[in-house]
Amino acid sequence: MLEIKNLKASIGDKDILKGLDISIKSGELHAIMGPNGSGKSTLANILSGKNGYEISGELKYQDKNLEEIPIDERAQKGIFLAFQYPTEIPGVNTNNFLKTSLNKVRKARGEKELDTLSFLKLVKQKSSELGMEEKMLSRQLNVGFSGGEKKKNEILQMKILDPCLVILDETDSGLDIDALKTVANGVNSSRDSKKAFLVITHYQRLLNYINPDFVHVLANGKIVKSGGMELAEQLEKTGYKEIV
Amino acid sequence: MKTQKDIDTNQEYKYGFSTDIENIRAPKGLNEDTIKFISNIKKEPKWMLEWRLKAFNRLKSLKEPNWQKPKYPKINYQDLYYYSAPKSASGKPKSLDEVDPKLIETYKKLGIPLQEQKRLSGIAVDAVFDSVSVATTFKEELTKKGIIFCPISEAIIKHPDLVKKYLGSVIPISDHYFATLNSAVFTDGSFVYIPPNVRCPMELSTYFRINASETGQFERTLIIADKGSYVSYLEGCTAPMRDENQLHAANVELIALDDAEIKYSTVQNWYPGDKDGVGGIYNFVTKRGACRGKNSKISWTQVETGSAITWKYPSCILQGDNSVGEFYSIAITNNHQKADTGTKMIHLGKNTKSKIISKGISAGYADNTYRGLVDIGRKALNSRNYTQCDSLLMGNKCGAHTVPYIKNKNSSSTIEHEATTSKINDEQLFYCNQRGLNQEEAVSLIVNGFCKEVLQQLPMEFAVEAQKLVEISLEGSVG
Repeated sequence: MLEIKNLKASIGDKDILKGLDISIKSGELHAIMGPNGSGKSTLANILSGKNGYEISGELKYQDKNLEEIPIDERAQKGIFLAFQYPTEIPGVNTNNFLKTSLNKVRKARGEKELDTLSFLKLVKQKSSELGMEEKMLSRQLNVGFSGGEKKKNEILQMKILDPCLVILDETDSGLDIDALKTVANGVNSSRDSKKAFLVITHYQRLLNYINPDFVHVLANGKIVKSGGMELAEQLEKTGYKEIV
Repeated sequence: MKTQKDIDTNQEYKYGFSTDIENIRAPKGLNEDTIKFISNIKKEPKWMLEWRLKAFNRLKSLKEPNWQKPKYPKINYQDLYYYSAPKSASGKPKSLDEVDPKLIETYKKLGIPLQEQKRLSGIAVDAVFDSVSVATTFKEELTKKGIIFCPISEAIIKHPDLVKKYLGSVIPISDHYFATLNSAVFTDGSFVYIPPNVRCPMELSTYFRINASETGQFERTLIIADKGSYVSYLEGCTAPMRDENQLHAANVELIALDDAEIKYSTVQNWYPGDKDGVGGIYNFVTKRGACRGKNSKISWTQVETGSAITWKYPSCILQGDNSVGEFYSIAITNNHQKADTGTKMIHLGKNTKSKIISKGISAGYADNTYRGLVDIGRKALNSRNYTQCDSLLMGNKCGAHTVPYIKNKNSSSTIEHEATTSKINDEQLFYCNQRGLNQEEAVSLIVNGFCKEVLQQLPMEFAVEAQKLVEISLEGSVG
């Protein structure tokens, strides 16, 4: 689903990614761990199409050159980024936002747009699957949400938009154990053979709940080591110093 | 992603056409003859002419204000037409069946159907074309309730007592240059009287259209809500695209007696000029409401998206004890548009309350100023004001300014003022894009969120339209 070869990225004079390779197939869940400043969020931003980076290398998503696809179309084609810091948009109702978003995605998939009633039904179903209150969605988008609420809201959006490639950018950071379980539950209940996950995290904690197929260590702009769950466990014990 | 070219092509001003129709005009120039011409063609009684001439004499000693931020080239008042009306609309006001089909067609193109069978449901419309009212709908139904809704030129003849009593009672004829000019040469506008304890059963609205070139429009509107009554009124405005700047100098007076409420909404979409700032309307407007009775309420809501220059401060004089004044404003300026707008809340009675919510949005090279006065008098004990001014900037060549004037003459009153200036930030746009919305959709979503508090105040029928207008006004402003 995703092929990245020799990806280099910089902002101005600053090189951030220095030749990153990764290949993700449908059905797989990859975790990327790494110290602060190693380029994890940059990778998430580049995959979703954020402007401002100088990029070289090969970026292929569903056999298409990702660089040629604008941000909104990437989203419509199934790339979903759960933001590390979901932004506040005052005055915009979360439900309306989500409905607009869903209908853009559905339209791109050639599906019928949902009317308000069917949309609310879907929201109710998905939020109860996550054990969340849908009340949150009648508030302004992320305005006054606690850190945990913002992250849960991202996971709910993921459930509703039903993307192909899910990128979680430190979604587990700053969550209490219950919220962490909600996130893990959201991921686990969404996993199937058609989807792929790229989970960016600092901690083994989340990985204990979601069982990654692969764990990669990103340091200094490159994947320096790849393995399975045992790599995450090792990192937890020894820290990055031993590996980097 | 959309290219700049794609965006420019749908940025056209939808209402920029002009109607080719034979006009009757007063000769150019501002003088006694012009005023007599207007008064005569409207078959006005003598007292009205005298009132106009008094204003004209006063005008000679007044100067145009120059404290406002937008400056403009000197207006040659002798080179303007002060009266222009379709020939077919001359004579006494006609029934709708007799209105010139060309005019009906014009309003149809503007989305304002005047024919009885296609009327906007639940909204009575007075259509003012240049200097005359060409049609008023739902008149009979309103008459049954004792409500008067007619062109002001008709009210001067049919309801002289009401007009004499209230005209100029909120905006004195010597108020300031443009108000005085209007008093001398005003041509048409709407007159509304709601009798005691009547709740007006439908929205009343006036649709102003400037059509003729080199012509100023001097609208005069007077609304009186008698004791215990309620009315919601909306005005809309458009004009053809022309290279010249045209002057629209309106006076609007509202009077609310004991326990009465007037809700006045404006969707102002005069031609804003082209991308380079050529042409467009000078919208120099004096709007003032008097909460004369106790527990009365006047609420102004304005969505200002058009005009080359907007210069207006819809105000409330809170005379009656416990009276309430509100001002909700969205002012959007794009390209080279300029706006200097806000309100005055004059607290005179006890326990009076005012609320000001102003949302200014600037894009392109535009300049947007909020200017507002909160004046709490010595006797206005326990009065309160809350002001919130938010400015949103798009791009880095536009400007936003907030100029609040606050006066408080007693110690039992409370004044709160909050102001913010922000830019649409890249994180917000990125977030929306990442959820599948393109740039234009993202901007309009964010801007509509920013304006929401004000849009919510509009009558439902117009809220959707206003929301669309906000989107169109800003098309192409984020690259």
